[in-house]
Amino acid sequence: MLKIHCPYCQETREEEEFHYSGQAHIARPTDPESCSDEDWGNYLYFRKNPRGRHMEMWVHAAGCRKFFNVVRDTVTYEVEQTYLIGHVPAGST
Amino acid sequence: MSNNSYAIMEQQPSIKGLANTPLVNVVRGAIPGPNAVGIEEHDDVGHLVLRGDATLLASAVTEVLDLAFPDQPLSSCSRDKTCIRWISPDEWLVTVPGTETSSVESSLRDAIVGHVAIVNVSGGQTIVHLTGKHASDVLMKSTSYDVHELNFPTGKVITTTLAQAQVIIRRLDTDQFELVIRRSFADYIWSWLRDAATEFGVNG
Repeated sequence: MLKIHCPYCQETREEEEFHYSGQAHIARPTDPESCSDEDWGNYLYFRKNPRGRHMEMWVHAAGCRKFFNVVRDTVTYEVEQTYLIGHVPAGST
Repeated sequence: MSNNSYAIMEQQPSIKGLANTPLVNVVRGAIPGPNAVGIEEHDDVGHLVLRGDATLLASAVTEVLDLAFPDQPLSSCSRDKTCIRWISPDEWLVTVPGTETSSVESSLRDAIVGHVAIVNVSGGQTIVHLTGKHASDVLMKSTSYDVHELNFPTGKVITTTLAQAQVIIRRLDTDQFELVIRRSFADYIWSWLRDAATEFGVNG
């Protein structure tokens, strides 16, 4: 079981309260009308699948029902940090 | 539409018996045991969900409910049978005595200025109190949350899972807990709690 810190409840809770919600920081093309099919396809369907550090969204489904970001290692499953939507992870420039 | 243009549904039925609690069909009664756990439903309660920015809600709640506003995560404020619980950064759950639900809802709507939502969810959930020396033992079997008093003091409110269902738990005292449970999970949780408390005995 993962222990995940919810930045809204400000507590570390069991994984069973959370749901995984996919890769974080996916920027929607600012002008969809003029972007190429390939760019739009990449935005819609293509996701990273890294071996190691991964930034992803989780939702505190059985708690405050808010979405937030998690940096997790996909090899060790270690949760490095959690932070609010719209922010960047601590330690990045 | 003006700010005061709204319709409030009176959910208190005038004919007794029309509105049954979700626990109308469950097994009740005592199970003998050394330190029986009290499992008791409190069904004559009005539930109001407030959603919106804390800065819009705080003063109105203080004025109407005569309570401090719980703006810190996992906190609650209560007086007699009125209670307001922090649920999420933009959501609070207010419970009042059942007969006051509509008047409190109207007063809140009149007092709050701005973009907020107030929803009467009384029909969708009910409240169960767990009491007794072994109440926390029953919870320890049922939820992954640490209910030790150091982590979960009186007045703290958490939303978590109990068995397989979502539940809002508030500690009322050292050995008293309040569970707000969904209507559709009510009989499941009631059966679970009775089963979990059987080894201690049940006052129900």
